[in-house]
Amino acid sequence: MPKYLLIMRGTDESNAAMMADIDEMMATTRQFIEEMVKAGVLLAAEGLDDPSQGVVVDFSGEAPVVTDGPYGETKELFGGFFLLDVASKQEAVEWAKRVPAARGAKIEVRRVPGSDEVPQADR
Amino acid sequence: MSTADVEAVWRIESARIVAALTRFTGDFGLAEDAAQEAVAEALTSWPLAPPANPAGWLMATARRRAIDAIRRRAALQDRYALLAADVAVDEDIDPDKIDDDVLALMFVSCHPVLSPEARVALTLRVVGGLSSGEIARAFLVPVPTVQARITRGKKTIAAAGVPFELPPAAERRERLGDVLSVLYVIFTEGSTATSGDRLLRPDLAYEAIRLARTLAALQPDEPEVHGLLALCELTAARFPARTAPDGSPVLLDEQDRRLWDFLAIRRGLAALAKASARGLGPYGLQAAIAATHAAAPSVEATDWDRIVVLYEALGRVAPSPVVELNRAVAVAMASGPAQALAIVDELIALDRLPGSHLVPTVRGELLARLGRRPEARAELELAARLCANQRERSVLLRKAAALS
Repeated sequence: MPKYLLIMRGTDESNAAMMADIDEMMATTRQFIEEMVKAGVLLAAEGLDDPSQGVVVDFSGEAPVVTDGPYGETKELFGGFFLLDVASKQEAVEWAKRVPAARGAKIEVRRVPGSDEVPQADR
Repeated sequence: MSTADVEAVWRIESARIVAALTRFTGDFGLAEDAAQEAVAEALTSWPLAPPANPAGWLMATARRRAIDAIRRRAALQDRYALLAADVAVDEDIDPDKIDDDVLALMFVSCHPVLSPEARVALTLRVVGGLSSGEIARAFLVPVPTVQARITRGKKTIAAAGVPFELPPAAERRERLGDVLSVLYVIFTEGSTATSGDRLLRPDLAYEAIRLARTLAALQPDEPEVHGLLALCELTAARFPARTAPDGSPVLLDEQDRRLWDFLAIRRGLAALAKASARGLGPYGLQAAIAATHAAAPSVEATDWDRIVVLYEALGRVAPSPVVELNRAVAVAMASGPAQALAIVDELIALDRLPGSHLVPTVRGELLARLGRRPEARAELELAARLCANQRERSVLLRKAAALS
């Protein structure tokens, strides 16, 4: 079965809305995770720390330049992810539609190719 | 909403819908039929008018179909039945009981009154949500055969008066063995197809893993459930290395271990840790063997002594000629082919695995390592004649040819 990554992309506003009632957010998220566990599809789920605690390593110049986060002009901030083992893209999308997300947030659904699909160097 | 969208919702919701319907109609076959009718209706109506709550729509429609069916039957029988049925269907669905419902559904689909084939077909259909076509493809049988197995299975359950409930605690562990063995049969068919031209049917294997994960979530206190899950994850972790780009099998000693799925190995090891709370059962022991392979950088650097010990333990907990044969292979790696040959010859003398291609396969390998080439070749040719998987057979013939 293919794997899909559901990437939570919040905005400052949607993140603030979620943080406004942190207990509620934690409870609904836990419930959602539980549902995916019981469906046997969840492989991993993690939330990311505050973007202001992150750093960006920039390869525009000759040497990598390290700067503090957040990510400059990006309006959407990666807040966490779910890794799912599902039968189809539609099933991944169906789970994405059920993520308890605040208004304004987006969820990106990306397929994770199997190792047999990645071009292999000579072994 | 496309057909694929309907299928996606069905896959996520089917077990819960069938389970909840079974609880309030008390009729497993009726519930399954009503749920299938609801999907058929969704396939025609959703593309025109997608519902706001697809899962709720499916449940409500299936429930209506079930009530219609009960009414039709009741009208043919008598009014009392109608009244009695109406009381039953008016109960609301209790979300707190849905987990138990899905678990009960697994136990019913794997009930001992059913033939092994019917258990597999019903589990894939009503718990996994696979269509008859998908099941038929997976097991290389005609669609009508699968449909007949499902219909007969439902009739058998109704005729035997199997109640829709979790078995009592005392029976549960014993019956859990049936559920685990059905999931393992499904996984094994996906991991080494018994016949046909493909070695792996990954979709089927991953479906079995998904169901095992579901079972582990519903029965977290049963070590063997985690043992089975660990075994499946650790076995599936090797899938990417088990076949060459042309589909031919790559044997363990030639596999590129860098292709092994390390995340699956990690999940397998985590499940194995949960399986060993009170000592390992048969699935846990097999998972421990798979974990020993997973931890080794190469065949030579594998802890074969540990594998021999684990096979000895497995032979005590769940004795079988296949375990003996595998123990022989491990002994050959740990202590040399001569000792292993004695184990295999004893299996043959007792005629423990008649007709299996595995015995001459192993015997042929051992004889080759002992330098007894003509005998080895004869054994491998015998193995090829007995082997039903084309991919495996061609490997055996190649090995035999190399010995001439």
